[in-house]
Amino acid sequence: MGDKADVWQGTLALMVLKTIETIGPLHGYGIARRIEQTSGNILTLNYGTLYPALLKLEQEGSIASEWGTSENNRKAKFYKLTRTGRKQLEREARNWEQTTAILARFLAPVDGPA
Amino acid sequence: MRSLRAFLRRLTGMLPKQQREQNLADEIDSHLQLHIDDNLRSGMAPEEARREAILKLGGIESTKQAYRDQTTLPFLETLLQDLRFALRQSRRSPGFTCTAILMLTLGVAASVAIFAFVDAALIKPLPYQDPARLVEVTESVKMFPRANFSYQDYVDWKRMNKVFSVMDVYTGTGYLLNTPSGTEPVAATRISDGFFRTLGIKPILGRDFYSGEDQPGAANTVIIPYTTWQRRYGGRQDVIGQKVILSGVPSTIIGVLPQEFQFAPRGAAEFWATLHELNSCEKRRSCHNLVGIGRLKDGVTVQAALANTQAIAKQLEIQYPGSNRDQGASVLPLSEAIVGDVRPILLVLLAGAGLLLLIACVNVCSLLLVRAESRRREVAVRGALGASPTRLVRQFITESILLVATGSIVGLALAYGAMRVLLQLLSKDMLIRMPYLRDLGLNLHVLLFACAISLLAVVLFSLAPIVRLPLHTMRDGLAEGSRGTAGTLWQRFGANLVIVELATAVVLLVGAGLLGKSFYRLLHVDLGFQPDHLAALQIAVPDLAYPKDEQNVALARQIVSRTSALPGIQSAAIASRLPVSGNGSTDWIRFVGRPYGGQHNEVNSREVSSSYFTTLQARLLRGRYFTDDEDQSKPNVAIISQSLAQLYFPGEDPIGKTYGDTELTPKSIRQIIGVVEYLREGALDATTWPTEYVPFNQGPDTYYNLIVRTSQAEQTILPTLGATIHQIDPGIGTTGETTMTAAINDSQSAYLHRSSAWLVGGFAALALLLGVVGLYGVIAYSVSQRTREIGVRMALGAQRSSVYQLILKEAGWLTAFGILAGLLCSIAAATLMRKLLFGTEAWDLSILTAVAFVLALSALVASFIPAKRAASVNPIEALRAE
Repeated sequence: MGDKADVWQGTLALMVLKTIETIGPLHGYGIARRIEQTSGNILTLNYGTLYPALLKLEQEGSIASEWGTSENNRKAKFYKLTRTGRKQLEREARNWEQTTAILARFLAPVDGPA
Repeated sequence: MRSLRAFLRRLTGMLPKQQREQNLADEIDSHLQLHIDDNLRSGMAPEEARREAILKLGGIESTKQAYRDQTTLPFLETLLQDLRFALRQSRRSPGFTCTAILMLTLGVAASVAIFAFVDAALIKPLPYQDPARLVEVTESVKMFPRANFSYQDYVDWKRMNKVFSVMDVYTGTGYLLNTPSGTEPVAATRISDGFFRTLGIKPILGRDFYSGEDQPGAANTVIIPYTTWQRRYGGRQDVIGQKVILSGVPSTIIGVLPQEFQFAPRGAAEFWATLHELNSCEKRRSCHNLVGIGRLKDGVTVQAALANTQAIAKQLEIQYPGSNRDQGASVLPLSEAIVGDVRPILLVLLAGAGLLLLIACVNVCSLLLVRAESRRREVAVRGALGASPTRLVRQFITESILLVATGSIVGLALAYGAMRVLLQLLSKDMLIRMPYLRDLGLNLHVLLFACAISLLAVVLFSLAPIVRLPLHTMRDGLAEGSRGTAGTLWQRFGANLVIVELATAVVLLVGAGLLGKSFYRLLHVDLGFQPDHLAALQIAVPDLAYPKDEQNVALARQIVSRTSALPGIQSAAIASRLPVSGNGSTDWIRFVGRPYGGQHNEVNSREVSSSYFTTLQARLLRGRYFTDDEDQSKPNVAIISQSLAQLYFPGEDPIGKTYGDTELTPKSIRQIIGVVEYLREGALDATTWPTEYVPFNQGPDTYYNLIVRTSQAEQTILPTLGATIHQIDPGIGTTGETTMTAAINDSQSAYLHRSSAWLVGGFAALALLLGVVGLYGVIAYSVSQRTREIGVRMALGAQRSSVYQLILKEAGWLTAFGILAGLLCSIAAATLMRKLLFGTEAWDLSILTAVAFVLALSALVASFIPAKRAASVNPIEALRAE
């Protein structure tokens, strides 16, 4: 658990995948904004870190990219989920739920003597 | 799986990437544009909107770099950069690169080639089951620490010992085989029935000997090795059950040994039979002709086995005082028994090759140091431009890896070639005696060894420049005047290295000199006869056709008279063994009229024809030679060697004295009629034991040597000899035609001394060359660094002669230190290899002086060139140059 960046990277990838699944094909800037919004603006993302993460997901075959036009007519690179990505998302979401559930039990107030 | 895919994508990401860069720039661009649009929409000023977008991104360049790092593998990327840079660097100084690679190649090739031999002979275990538990078991007498077994002692040891799970014996023999091309004598081995089971060898075809198949009355059966199967039976499966006539007696072939089977002591054996028919020697407890092998029980050490067998020997000595007096025991690991005699020589060769490698490495090291000096500026500049120390160090490591890898790969190829050549140089007989060299090659051990020395070299070559580089004091490196002090420092360091080189060269030269002198001494030992114009041939007479002694005497007479009548032949003789073929075939004698307590009066025994001494041109000291009519109808006579006379008849005249066997059996009594001066029967490097010569006609045999003295070149007579004997009887087998000089030159001791002298000599010559080149490098560099100083001196009035003196003095000190250190080391080294020296002391003064002289002279030449350059410096130019 020594490396904080790894955890962040892992969770960032999950957030990216979930965002694309919810919204559909989306460009990098859109993904970044959406993540911030979804977090209720608690997370402030350094947008620059998003691109290596996107590249990594693409190298792993979880997402695919394609140049297109944005809603306000700007050229942008759109990312969409692949079948592999969908499976990865399911798996990682399940893992994450499990992890949080376990942690929640640990952190929950103790009900009387065991 | 996913990460593998990503890795492959990243690997391909290293290919040219203009398009990708463009793509990335476009994406960042579009990202900023979208963000700026949003910011403008929320009411920011254009300038502010752009600034905020870039800030949020975290900088354009650093984003791009993070992206790029994810695109490729950064480590590989920089490695490739370093490699490209290293290649460019080496192309820029081809002289340095070629010299360094050449030196490394030489060092690696020599040491790897020799290591391959060491591995094949000494490291690789013998190809038997659990070879570490196999031992050679023999009796032992004072003269012969590993003497042979007598059959009956073997039977007793086998029954009484508590240390061997199994124990077996073998003995050499020969058969006459009728082949389409005539009668051919073939080597064979007689073994006890469990021999192959003890080694853990199973026939690939047919069966092994049954237990009990070596007992009297068992059928005649033989097992053949793979080569015989292929050569004589065409590898046919139906060979099992076939009859083969060996010396007229039919035997059944029952098995074929695996191709990889080898047994060095009997490498040439074509047939393996059992001991089921004991010969006359094996029926006597006092006659020793067998060698034993045993498998140690679990947990039993060689020492424990020795103690147990010694106790048995003691017990037998008490039980059979007549035959077993002073018969001890010897137990040796089988590997020791087989490769023990080549071990010292191989280790010396390996040490020689290692020293050569050391010199090569030191030389390359000092070359690298010189180069590091001239690259101080470059390193300082790169450091100032932001290269991290790690990156700079990595650059040097990459460069040395490149250098060592090239040198090692070329060196390996060269080593492979050298191994083939060395194997070619081995005579066929030597190869038969050393079957473990059959699968010599670049195997795993050898490659690992090559990798290990390469790795060491890389570490050395990386450390050398790194230690000397201004990694932390970059500013000094950039500053102009700092070169002088660094130069002095290097000079001191480089000078020490050159002393190591020169000392190593001295050690190798002295080693080569000593081995060369030993070899010379060996070839010039007093033989006691004239070896030139002598030719020899082994003769095997079929026992069944000549069963009686008289027949053999008649045949031998006929052979001698027919061959000596041939044109070009002066005389012919017969001897049971050739001179210089080795001690052995001994007789145990007792003198008539002297008190006898069962001592071992063991002497070499040779049956020779009356013409033997005159043919060899030996020197008779007293008495007379045999006459041809002295056969079994006449009283037994003997001629003794001078050493026998000195040992047993000190201050007495031996002529007329009589001796016999240990029981003084009447028919064994013989009278001494002559004494010959020292005649070398034993090997070149061994002392010949006291020897008795008895007339062949009084104890004829069916296996002996014909020796002829020729008036023409002795090689030309060889074909005629065999033909003449086959004219007498085509059933007689002949083999081993050779000239006496060839037999002496090819003998094992001559071979070992010759090969070690030549190889170490070769290493020494290379070492001298490399050492002198190293000295030249140091002096030349020192001169180039001191040009200015020399200019100043000359401007102030120094004479050219004093400049010479200045430079030569520097070189002289280095050489003197190198030679002195080398001489001390070589005396130590020579003491270690004393065993390999013959007739030469470890501190042979003539060799030491000669080496010191040769090295001093070469060093003088090497330093004279730079000194001349220094003396011809133009002071004005030298001063202006700075």
